[in-house]
Amino acid sequence: MTLAAGTELATATNEHLANISNTLIYSAMAVYTLAFFAYIAEWLFGSRSKVGRTAAALTPGAAKAKGKAPAVTVNKAGGTAVLERPKVVVRSAAGARDVPDGPGAHGGDEQGDLYGRIAISLTVLAYLIHLGGVIARAASVERAPWGNMYEFNITFSAVAVTVYLALLALRKNVRWLGLFLVTTVLLDLGIAVTVLYTASDQLVPALHSYWLYIHVSTAILCGAVFYVGAVGTLLYLFKDSYESKLESGGTPGRFATSFLERLPASASLDKFSYRVNAAVFPLWTFTIIAGAIWAESAWGRYWGWDPKETWAFITWVAYACYLHARATAGWKGRKAAYLALIAFGCWLFNYYGVNIFVSGKHSYAGV
Amino acid sequence: MSKTTTDATPERADGTPPERADDADLGAAGSQLSTAPREELPNLPSLGVIGWARWFWRQLTSMRVALLLLLLVSLGAIPGSLIPQSGTDATKVADFRKAHTLLSPVYDKLGLFHVYSSVWFAAIYILLFVSLIGCIVPRTWQFVGQLRGRPPGAPKRLTRLPAYTTWRTETEPEQVREVALALLKKRRFRAHLAGDAVAAEKGYLREIGNLAFHIALIVMLIAFAWGQLFKSEGNKLIVEGDGFSNTTTQYDDFKSGNLFTTDDLVPFSFTLDKFTGTYETNGPNRGTPRTYQAALTYSQGAYGKEQKRTVKVNEPLSIGDAKVYLTAHGYAPVITVRDGKGKVVYSDAVPLLPLDSNVTSTGVVKVLDGYKNAKGVSEQLGISAFFLPTYTKGSETASTFPALDNPVLNLTPYHGDLGVDSGIPQSVYQLDKSHVKEYKDAKGAQLRDNLKPGQTMKLPDGAGSITYEGTKEWANFQVVQQPGTDWALAGALTAIFGLAASLFIQRRRVWVRAVAGPDGVTVVEMAGLGRSESAKVPEELGDLAGILYDQDEKTTPEPEVVPAEGAEK
Ligand code: HEM
Repeated sequence: MTLAAGTELATATNEHLANISNTLIYSAMAVYTLAFFAYIAEWLFGSRSKVGRTAAALTPGAAKAKGKAPAVTVNKAGGTAVLERPKVVVRSAAGARDVPDGPGAHGGDEQGDLYGRIAISLTVLAYLIHLGGVIARAASVERAPWGNMYEFNITFSAVAVTVYLALLALRKNVRWLGLFLVTTVLLDLGIAVTVLYTASDQLVPALHSYWLYIHVSTAILCGAVFYVGAVGTLLYLFKDSYESKLESGGTPGRFATSFLERLPASASLDKFSYRVNAAVFPLWTFTIIAGAIWAESAWGRYWGWDPKETWAFITWVAYACYLHARATAGWKGRKAAYLALIAFGCWLFNYYGVNIFVSGKHSYAGV
Repeated sequence: MSKTTTDATPERADGTPPERADDADLGAAGSQLSTAPREELPNLPSLGVIGWARWFWRQLTSMRVALLLLLLVSLGAIPGSLIPQSGTDATKVADFRKAHTLLSPVYDKLGLFHVYSSVWFAAIYILLFVSLIGCIVPRTWQFVGQLRGRPPGAPKRLTRLPAYTTWRTETEPEQVREVALALLKKRRFRAHLAGDAVAAEKGYLREIGNLAFHIALIVMLIAFAWGQLFKSEGNKLIVEGDGFSNTTTQYDDFKSGNLFTTDDLVPFSFTLDKFTGTYETNGPNRGTPRTYQAALTYSQGAYGKEQKRTVKVNEPLSIGDAKVYLTAHGYAPVITVRDGKGKVVYSDAVPLLPLDSNVTSTGVVKVLDGYKNAKGVSEQLGISAFFLPTYTKGSETASTFPALDNPVLNLTPYHGDLGVDSGIPQSVYQLDKSHVKEYKDAKGAQLRDNLKPGQTMKLPDGAGSITYEGTKEWANFQVVQQPGTDWALAGALTAIFGLAASLFIQRRRVWVRAVAGPDGVTVVEMAGLGRSESAKVPEELGDLAGILYDQDEKTTPEPEVVPAEGAEK
């Protein structure tokens, strides 16, 4: 009798926690939506300003002759002696476009900037609620929050926002990511709560291993960073065609101009996504190896060409392709960017496609 | 992204893109800043077999082809993940064959049911690895050469380099150079004095990491291939109290690689003393297994000392190259069958197959000989068994908890000929009912009964009895022998560290030139060059310049270096 009563009590607590988690996730979505509108307002107000720096730098016949002036002065010496110390002149490589970075979504407009700041504050707030939702969920199922695709989704977007906020906190120039990130997070959470929702389910003993915790948590982190890289790559492709159009004397459409003028220069976007992808590639390698170590102790073989393993391998090779392409003269720039997008596509397919369309040993991760 | 090279052969010079001409005055400054091969324009060979062979080899070991082969490997791996593979799931392949009679022969020809051991997939990765070796060997030599040599001297016009700074000082040029040399050496640059300037280079670990990474890939491939060829894998179901010794004949099923011989099996034997499963008893995870463990007594070799060990799901027992995994478990009710005269004709634990996560199980007891019915005629008995480890009223056909909380064994006996002598192989878990008859109970319905441990069911008309004595557990063990695993792991770890070094470390050069200007004042110029454009190079240069500048008391900033327009700050 006492045992039964205890059981009910425990079940009630867990259900209670699960409900709290659901409420938090819905609240986070509401706040993300507000953030989304604030980002939109930032972009809208930003469109009032007529920046046109890229156009000024690239339009043939414009005042500034290409390749003549050195680009930027970096002053790195800290402390009081700054003014006296010699300055370092940085010269970009021959053949590169000398394009300044755009000012960001607000386009230098004060009101736009204000909305942008509001948007970031709202993102932080939504993120905290979101994080609370993930933690409550973990507490309710008494294990790590990635036992099924619903949990994987809510954790994944929380990590993606963590990456973004961490980059912001490190004072990296990533404010331009905000709108795209929040849109994706809303989509991701929307799919999670409508299509993928699972009340709770159980893990089989094969999933009881700290290697699994390492493997899955790094996989989620890699995915989030790859995602940030992919957004950078995509915007790079747009910005690059915009710049080459200007360079060849064309006039891009008004929307494209207003939008792309405010983004960083294509070279900066390219470098950003390369850094992000390259930084996380060793971690992805480690993720696969951690998976292999776990598979060895759980299934008796470290590599068995299970669909999930195969796609992790394909993703890995695709990113290796991208890194090689960057190191090879003829493949830099757009071609390498396409490879990076394909590689991210492989990662996405491994996550959604393989869980939904293909069955394998990993299928107990549950749709 | 190496710049112009001085040691370039004539063909290499052809490949220099026009914009690089602008950098020609950099001289050797940027040469050999990496060991990456230069991309050559595909110019066709002129003459002869040797010419072609050389051309082919050069193509194969070029980065472009490496890229292509990498792409092909990833493309080639795709079909294997979408089409059922005979190596992982033979029954699915059979189903697929039945469903797609037109496609299947084509797939067979293309080896699409075993992609990862197919000829074409092997061709791709072998080419890739030949290319890899062809790439590593010359790069290693080149790198050794770079280590033996010294960083190239300063180019004539340092202003042309990606990061540049200058100032003036009253200090003598020699002294400035000496101080710079000491500073750079302290910062672990390889530095030396070359003419009027100090030349320094750092970040060789990048190249070492990159080479180590690529070599580790080869080690991993060989270890994996080796493991596949000499691998063996067998399954054995063991009831508590029973034993096993490692010979192929003892396995329930056994698979092995192409080069495996039975002599390769590690000699050992073990007994399953006890299997323990515990489960969550409440909360949303009620019924979730918390522990699965098997207590074993094992001995190594033919006459080895007996040792005790507990094997868990993620903790196999390792004996030499062999690993013993616990892969499944279930219940084995102990059943005693007596004939009409009360003689025990069967008494054994019967392993049943679990059907669901609460271990609802089924199986068959087969009494093949020794049984005589009430009339003294020899017959065979087949008893269908259906088992619930935890029976709850209202849930008659499914167990409600995986542990043995309230076990109930439902038995349905048959008699007649079980057909096991017909020569057709039969599953021990299935009953061929074509030549057997049911028993009838008093009401004329088919005889079946639910038994609790210790209970006995009587067969009608004095045909004997069946007793459910109690329950043992069984565990399934998978014994895997895959040599080379340690090598694969070592390769994997090397690959990670090599990769990290290769991606995070910048290889860069710094030059410090100090000469007396026309007015007698010393002009110091510093420049930095990285392998790729990185913000770190100017940062580091600014740092070094700041130190040199601050150490020197007789300096004046050079007014001529004006920030460009569009500069930040
Ligand atoms: C087996 C598949 C291979 C994989 C997974 C792989 C992976 C990688 C990765 C991830 C990098 C990036 C490191 C960096 O950017 O510095 C790299 C660099 C490099 N790889 Fe590979 N590689 C493979 C095969 C090859 C082959 C066949 C060649 C030679 C033809 C080659 C030549 C190079 C070179 C020269 C670099 C350095 C480029 C540089 O210094 O920037 N790799 N490789």
